[in-house]
Amino acid sequence: MTGMSSLTRARASELATAIKNGEVSAVEVTQAHLDRIAEVDGTAEAGVHAFLHVDADGALAAAAVVDQKRAAGEELSPLAGVPLALKDVITTADMPTTAGSKILEGWRPPYDATVAQRLREAGIVILGKTNLDEFAMGSSTENSAFGPTRNPWDLTRIPGGSGGGSAAALAAYEAPLAIGTDTGGSIRQPAAVTGTVGVKPTYGGVSRYGLIACASSLDQAGPCARTVLDAALLHTVIAGHDPLDSTSIAQAVPDVVAAARRGADGDLTGLRVGVVKELGGEGYQAGVEARFNDAVALLSKLGAEVVEVSCPHFTYGLAAYYLILPSEVSSNLARFDAMRYGLRVGDDGTRSAEEVMNLTRGQGFGAEAKRRIMLGTYALSSGYYDAYYGQAQKVRTLIARDFEAAFAQVDVLVSPTTPTTAFPIGEKVDDPLAMYMNDLCTIPSNLAGNASASFPAGLADEDGLPVGLHVMAPVMADDRLYLVGAAVESAYAAQWGGTLLEQAPALEGTAQ
Amino acid sequence: MPSISREEVAHLAHLARLDLAPDELDHLAGQLDQILGAVAQVTEVAADDIPPTSHALPLTNVFREDEPRACLPAEAVLAAAPAAEDGRFRVPQILGEEQ
Amino acid sequence: MTVTTALPSFDEAIATYEPVMGMEVHVELGTTTKMFCGCSTAFGGEPNSQVCPVCLGLPGSLPVVNRTAVESAIRIGLALNCSIAEWCRFARKNYFYPDMPKNFQTSQYDEPIAYDGWLDVSLGGETSETFRIGIERAHMEEDTGKSLHVGGATGRIHGASHSLLDYNRSGIPLIEIVTKPIEVPAAVAPAVAKAYVTELRELIRALGVSEARMELGQLRCDANVSLRLPGDPYGTRTETKNVNSLRSVERAVTYEIRRQAAVLSSGGTIVQETRHWHEDTGETTAGRRKEEAEDYRYFPEPDLVPIAPSREWVEELRATLPEPPSVRRARLQEAWGFTDLEMRDVVNAGALSLVFDTVAEGASAGGAKKWWLGEVARVANERGVALEDAGITPGDVARVEALIAEGSLNDKLARQVVEGVLAGEGTPDEVVAARGLVLVNDDAALGTAVDDAIAAQPDVAEKIRGGNLGAVGALIGAIMKSTKGQADAKRARELILERLQG
Ligand SMILES: [Mg+2]
Ligand SMILES: [Zn+2]
Repeated sequence: MTGMSSLTRARASELATAIKNGEVSAVEVTQAHLDRIAEVDGTAEAGVHAFLHVDADGALAAAAVVDQKRAAGEELSPLAGVPLALKDVITTADMPTTAGSKILEGWRPPYDATVAQRLREAGIVILGKTNLDEFAMGSSTENSAFGPTRNPWDLTRIPGGSGGGSAAALAAYEAPLAIGTDTGGSIRQPAAVTGTVGVKPTYGGVSRYGLIACASSLDQAGPCARTVLDAALLHTVIAGHDPLDSTSIAQAVPDVVAAARRGADGDLTGLRVGVVKELGGEGYQAGVEARFNDAVALLSKLGAEVVEVSCPHFTYGLAAYYLILPSEVSSNLARFDAMRYGLRVGDDGTRSAEEVMNLTRGQGFGAEAKRRIMLGTYALSSGYYDAYYGQAQKVRTLIARDFEAAFAQVDVLVSPTTPTTAFPIGEKVDDPLAMYMNDLCTIPSNLAGNASASFPAGLADEDGLPVGLHVMAPVMADDRLYLVGAAVESAYAAQWGGTLLEQAPALEGTAQ
Repeated sequence: MPSISREEVAHLAHLARLDLAPDELDHLAGQLDQILGAVAQVTEVAADDIPPTSHALPLTNVFREDEPRACLPAEAVLAAAPAAEDGRFRVPQILGEEQ
Repeated sequence: MTVTTALPSFDEAIATYEPVMGMEVHVELGTTTKMFCGCSTAFGGEPNSQVCPVCLGLPGSLPVVNRTAVESAIRIGLALNCSIAEWCRFARKNYFYPDMPKNFQTSQYDEPIAYDGWLDVSLGGETSETFRIGIERAHMEEDTGKSLHVGGATGRIHGASHSLLDYNRSGIPLIEIVTKPIEVPAAVAPAVAKAYVTELRELIRALGVSEARMELGQLRCDANVSLRLPGDPYGTRTETKNVNSLRSVERAVTYEIRRQAAVLSSGGTIVQETRHWHEDTGETTAGRRKEEAEDYRYFPEPDLVPIAPSREWVEELRATLPEPPSVRRARLQEAWGFTDLEMRDVVNAGALSLVFDTVAEGASAGGAKKWWLGEVARVANERGVALEDAGITPGDVARVEALIAEGSLNDKLARQVVEGVLAGEGTPDEVVAARGLVLVNDDAALGTAVDDAIAAQPDVAEKIRGGNLGAVGALIGAIMKSTKGQADAKRARELILERLQG
């Protein structure tokens, strides 16, 4: 573990051990990743563009603290000194936080999110803030006010969204760990299309305090990594009860690290797996279905009992989601009004507060944010509430009941993560309905609040791009995701001779 | 299937405090109509006896004790303001009235 | 804005129309911290010094409910004879306003924590008739920030060039208490409205959940009024906002009845609108029309979980309820020997607890009442402060009474002592010492003053010698004058009679 490129290709768990053993310093590890970012991240116009803000000084200082602690003989926490990319929707007191929006450009929060605080306490080195669709609304990261992020597998394609920056940073070896947030698939869909691991913990499993809200009842922060064990280690750092979040679960976090280690043995005997009948077929890319079927066959081979399960109301998930989400969004984004922080447009001494609010919001929000604000305003307005929002909440009940019935029969459910592989940038940007289809499989878990994840499942034959296996587990059974993910990961590693990412084309020096 | 008028879209934009250009308004009206048409299928499915779910998990009675926590320093709060004066946030003239 | 057409008198108005009222009262709870965050609720801090990410609505912040605020809400509900919800939620009331940091108010909508209760009020005086005011609901919500309008003539919103916002008050817990329609005989309607707010204020104070001081905005009242012809359905109502003294409640309702009667009898229609109350002119002026009102787009607050108070908790809280104010008042009135009218005066002046505390310090009830409703009330009124803030304590008043009882002070001197205390000169004993207010009752000093008075007015002395005791007063007056009021009048009288009739 001496070469710079081996430092950036190493697993988080390996880096942590090397730092602990004094084989490498946290500062060296951090510098290697900063160099890699300088090499490949580029700008809004070219390169991966995973980062909106890189805090080299802060990162090196945090790394130096870890090195000092080690030198002083202090016990280091399991991921101490490992660099991480933080989605720019999580507040940080020492870095700007924009949520990908012009309306918050340059805003420096006066406080740290609970997640950010826990990362720091664990000695994890925050390299910077990653790009996202504005206010985490989108499936391609094209809705960022600061330019798109590009998929390291093919820079002409989207990295998924909304957490495209976090996923691309992992896939481009700019960081071994990242934090994402998932409202309808924003951790899992980018993981799928970049060949990385992304976990949406049980709703309430990770504090939302300091997570700039998209849709409060659906949002959940979670770990992103290149391997299942790394994700589990990160999960342990950020999860657990937070008294500042009323929706946080006051229970012990499932032992996801033990589950990941157990799963790596590749034995799933006794595990019951349900294939969701409704998540497949028409509209799903052939290569995606083929890799999904391979993964299901693999699960059987590893000893799992695989059955088909019907979740009849999942079909309505997308429609319910696109009523509940915009409704909450329209209210959550009301605070961006030019009065207390952020952008202010048109305050020339003649205009009223209301006119300045209108102008600022009209110019500060991008097209997708405006669409969803308008849609939510409509769905909540008197006369439409019962037919839209009220009905959508009933559908939510039905979907939760589908999960309940399914989990009475099986331990986990599986489906493809996304219906297609990464599509070309620009292809769906003004076709909201086509864009929304990306989240078809991931949305039900947000509506019901249960845990879900995406794991690399190979490349689609027709385009050679990554496909994700989507695994869903009951509420507070996040450990099952890691068990299944690790088993699949180790079986595929044997088959492929390494990780899926190692099959990605080289990205060296694209930023020049 | 809903058919949302340009006037209705303009009213929504007012409720949401969004200043929209005329062409933006037209474009949005078309897209909203299309999206609402697609999501209207929720009206087909759930019956009256299905209770709505507003929260993903059935938690209740989460409280904090009535004990003070540190506040933010006023300077830190005002540093992020577009304009400040006399320790307060300075905003353009307010025309409407409090509700 | 002035009214140009002459209004009918109140009696003329109610000769034709019946008023229906509805009262909405907001009470600021006296919790240590805010509704959803740990910021202090202390009054009078530097602007924006009692704020945090939550009450500033900063991106990413989340609310957590104050347990004490919920307990206060439940106790208020129970004291108002309400049912307590088995399960209820907060909702978001969405509208844009610069003093509201999230541009929604976290409130309760169709699931209030307390609902369907009542409060009995009586007008006192000769008629001891009781009116039962139905309570529709009591729910929890949060207060907004405060705006200061700059550049205009009077700090008012109109004509201001810009505004300055202070969010210290943002997020302070409020309980909104809404009555059912109040239908009482027209002649007493304004008095019943006032009596309701008075009774509610006493109840809130007795519960100890708020000081409920109207002049500090801790209890704010909106009065809904509509008129109808007898037998007709309810008419269109107006909502007069921020009627913030007991006297104003009665005046605003009276004015609105007269104004609406004028509109209706001239063939006009009442517009559903909010109206502003002007304390100085005693009039209301038009505010926001309801048809222009925002569509609030209420929905359940996803950042907070439902509240499901267990029945055990509710019963525990019920056990903490104090004696109902009406029962307590009846008990005290009896003990103090006050007439109905005297008791009503004490209650209306907000002096019940002060009189109670003064009696507890050893004063007579009559003496305590005399000072609080007399000298102290006059000074408090001049300074525009509450009685309890006038600068004198129940202990001070009791001490003054004690000095009178032991014969060290007469009424006139006692008044000077109270004045001194109110002026910040110290305790009653310190004022007595500093001002040298001692009753002259030693016979030597007093005897000289008596002899001088007799010598100065021989004709009066002659009348007294002739048996006309009514003339003694004239000599005492002269003695008081020469001793600057410090003579013991009783002893002076004795000495005069000794000299002229002895
Ligand atoms: Mg209210
Ligand atoms: Zn606060």
